[in-house]
Amino acid sequence: MAVMKKKGDREVPAMSTTSLPDVVYIILFFFMLSTSMRDQELMVTYKLPEATEVQKLEKKNLVSYIHIGAPSLHLQAKFGAAPRIQLNDSYKTTKDILDFIAAERDNLSESDRASMTVCLKADRDTKMGVVADVKQELRRANALKLSYASSKVLKE
Amino acid sequence: MASKKNIPEINASSQADIAFTVLIFFLVVSTMDVDTGIVRVLPPKADPNMKQEDIKVKERNLLLVFVSGSGNIMAGGKVVTIEALRDKAKEFILNPNDDKNLPEKKNEVLDMPDGSKWTYPVSEGVISLQNTRETSYERYIEVQNALTRAYNEVRDDLAMSKFGKPMKDLDEAERKVITKAIPMKISEAEPRQKLK
Repeated sequence: MAVMKKKGDREVPAMSTTSLPDVVYIILFFFMLSTSMRDQELMVTYKLPEATEVQKLEKKNLVSYIHIGAPSLHLQAKFGAAPRIQLNDSYKTTKDILDFIAAERDNLSESDRASMTVCLKADRDTKMGVVADVKQELRRANALKLSYASSKVLKE
Repeated sequence: MASKKNIPEINASSQADIAFTVLIFFLVVSTMDVDTGIVRVLPPKADPNMKQEDIKVKERNLLLVFVSGSGNIMAGGKVVTIEALRDKAKEFILNPNDDKNLPEKKNEVLDMPDGSKWTYPVSEGVISLQNTRETSYERYIEVQNALTRAYNEVRDDLAMSKFGKPMKDLDEAERKVITKAIPMKISEAEPRQKLK
């Protein structure tokens, strides 16, 4: 009976939540690093075609995008509704694809150039004439790996 | 003596809320969507100095798939639906009964990953895909998808009978063997001008 605990003297201290922000910050940084910002402002609208046999594009830094579709609604007053090709941040024609691919290829390191892929994001109502022209230009630019972007649907 | 004031600890519980807000903001504005698509390798541009030589393909080794401007599919001279096209393509790739009108096969020796040899009759068939400039992209992708699916299903069947596993569970070396046994040969011609 040497030490008697005094009642009421010992309170359970409030749980410290000071580390909670740190945890959240770690998650935040994880997301900031692992996701990519929407780096291109889309100036065209498209609805991708659907397919079941799609493959993922693995390395995003090796992918160049070509968008084909009607100009976005707020741009239609200026540019009309006919399908346009968007490279980087502006409307281009098929003639510019050669330069575009050359520029994109220059951005890659020597060893990555062979595995450069072009992702063609075209609206499902695009006529094949436009797509064929783009394909011919890509062949001319020697960018032969092409992915027809399509959204994955399950097999029926 | 200075009075020893008990400075209260700064309440940091709201900092978590701020961090959450920023986190949610990033979740919304950033994308993690994976781009998916049907992957094709285009043929290299023909060298203008080289003499243009038409590669002669026997008629039985060629399946002509034509997609018209209105979206009708013609395969091997008949109008077919997309499902029938898949079956037709599968039959064309496999030629199970060694039909005289379907592609020839050439026995090829393939190196198995375990070092052994495997002789497999590799089909000589080429699917030629043609379309007009008026064909819609959606229809074109549908056809490409059907053809890819035909190849994938044939490959899956072969992988199943050879390795007891579907294609997606095979390792790199095994997949290479299957891809060599059933090569995907889809030739794309430049679009035809509008047919009269």
